[in-house]
Amino acid sequence: MNPLKRTRARPGPACTVTFDGRPLRALPGRTVAAALWAAGVTAWRGTRGTGKPRGVFCGIGVCFDCLVTVNDRPNQRACLVPVRPGDVIRTQRGTGRDDD
Amino acid sequence: MTERPRLAVVGAGPAGLAAALAAASRGVRVILVDAADQAGGQFYRQPAAALGARRPPAPHHRRRTWERLRAGLGRHRAAGRLVHLTDHHVWCVARESGSGGFTVHALRGPGQEEGVTVRADAVVLATGGYERVLPFPGWTLPGVVTAGGAQAMLKGGLVLPGRVAVVAGTGPLLLPVATGLAAAGARVAALVESAGPAAALRRAPALTVRPGTLAEGAGYAARLLRHRVRTLTRHTVVAAHGTGRLEAVTVAALDRAGRPRPGTARRLACDTLAVGHGLLPHTDLAEALGCALSGTAVRVDGEQRTDVPGVWAAGEATGVGGAALALAEGHIAGHSAAARLYGAVPDPRRRAGADRARSRARAFAAALEAVYAPPAGWADGLPDDTVVCRCEEVTAGRVREAAGTLGAGDARTVKLLTRAGMGWCQGRMCGPAVAGLTGCPLTAGRRPFARPVPLGVLAGLPDAE
Ligand SMILES: Cc1cc2nc3c(=O)[nH]c(=O)nc-3n(C[C@H](O)[C@H](O)[C@H](O)COP(=O)(O)OP(=O)(O)OC[C@H]3O[C@@H](n4cnc5c(N)ncnc54)[C@H](O)[C@@H]3O)c2cc1C
Ligand code: FES
Repeated sequence: MNPLKRTRARPGPACTVTFDGRPLRALPGRTVAAALWAAGVTAWRGTRGTGKPRGVFCGIGVCFDCLVTVNDRPNQRACLVPVRPGDVIRTQRGTGRDDD
Repeated sequence: MTERPRLAVVGAGPAGLAAALAAASRGVRVILVDAADQAGGQFYRQPAAALGARRPPAPHHRRRTWERLRAGLGRHRAAGRLVHLTDHHVWCVARESGSGGFTVHALRGPGQEEGVTVRADAVVLATGGYERVLPFPGWTLPGVVTAGGAQAMLKGGLVLPGRVAVVAGTGPLLLPVATGLAAAGARVAALVESAGPAAALRRAPALTVRPGTLAEGAGYAARLLRHRVRTLTRHTVVAAHGTGRLEAVTVAALDRAGRPRPGTARRLACDTLAVGHGLLPHTDLAEALGCALSGTAVRVDGEQRTDVPGVWAAGEATGVGGAALALAEGHIAGHSAAARLYGAVPDPRRRAGADRARSRARAFAAALEAVYAPPAGWADGLPDDTVVCRCEEVTAGRVREAAGTLGAGDARTVKLLTRAGMGWCQGRMCGPAVAGLTGCPLTAGRRPFARPVPLGVLAGLPDAE
């Protein structure tokens, strides 16, 4: 049983966001990380040194592995930032400022 | 004092809630400040309101305690005795020179760009803890998450990272995580615990001081059976495999010295690894205030006072011991702070119940800590090319070199030589690994701020102090 069914959740209507240009449906109340997980995405950052993929690690805002670019603002912690209708979410490479 | 005294409580988990309610019901004006958008902390983390959940996502015990806390919070707020500032990330608590009061500096909202300050006559630090994960090859692959992180995402966002999970590491948190993931629909391929049943048996007398918790453990065991979760004790994850994301893990049995036994390795296919080796206290705010630590936790006296006048601490920040201990400590801290703020000495008889609960829970926590110590030899076999510092991508080999040929004698020197601990997380993730690899003691981080602070917020501060 998926967690929504198990909790008999009645979420508000889903909104649309994009991840690297691809439209995704996201439920209100979820963080960017939760919305991406729900869409089957677990990686949205390339590290600064070797460009290795990363996503959520600690889930509570401590590790900074989940950094992502949302609406052109880099270095947002996806596990803390709530998803909003129309968000443009992009995989963050390096420092996210395209200057590395 | 003509006005009612003001107490700032940082953290709205079990400890902070108990402290806030105890102080508010004794006539103190409480400002409860927390980074999350709802009260509850890690233990009572609730699904986001907009998800409209009508049942908790994981099997929930101590539900009545939560309902009591939530009702108390509502009552005190309605009566104007308590203000709850949600979405406020505290980056520093500073003592005001002269007045003896404190300024709590926070950043508001998920973007954390707007500075907010709160003034108070005293503070309770109830900031909880975060998870310790000891590295292994592949632990940076997407799909590898901390056990508590998987739990937090499930409880708050009602999501799972994948379909087939392995839960591994050591400690009592692995049980609710494994049962929570299974109940939420993941297939839990194995629960891999490095401690052995023998270690628990040796400490059985100490563990029976809290029969309620043992019953809770038995409940988890029954649920693991029901979900057909295989439990491997005295086993560890030696590596995680995958390209781009996790595809499998290799687990192995441990020998008496805590090293993987040759010939016992086996591969388990999974897309999620929830891994943790116990918790570490959040001490940044206390350290910046100059509070003494003992080991990695904030040091407190019988009233939960730190050695800085006007500053109390409670819950995992003062040592890891679970929600029941956090509740008892929080209650004692709130009770003591309220009395002291009115210039009285708290009457110990009025908190006798909480005192007893605290002693029992501390004895139990000490026994658990001994049972669930990470395997002694974990660092010996760690390959040189394993990334240890996730932020700066520093390998085990470079940390060993810094401590060996380059002669670094403490974590700070290792950091300067290798950049391990210099990145975004400020060594919170790699600290235990650097300590284990170099033989240096794990020291608290001495981080200037508990949160990264935008320069604009710093620039906007008045130049007092
Ligand atoms: C990720 C995670 C998940 C866990 N899940 C479980 C579980 O499912 N079951 C279980 O038995 N135990 C769990 N634990 C253990 C849990 O920490 C304790 O048992 C219990 O919640 C401790 O209570 P506390 O009040 O001390 O801290 P917490 O419950 O951790 O509460 C601390 C609060 O302080 C806030 N805070 C911290 N720093 C700041 C700051 N600088 N500014 C503003 N607010 C701040 C946090 O947002 C949090 O709400 C988990 C631990 C972690 C780290
Ligand atoms: S996952 Fe660790 S900060 Fe977001």
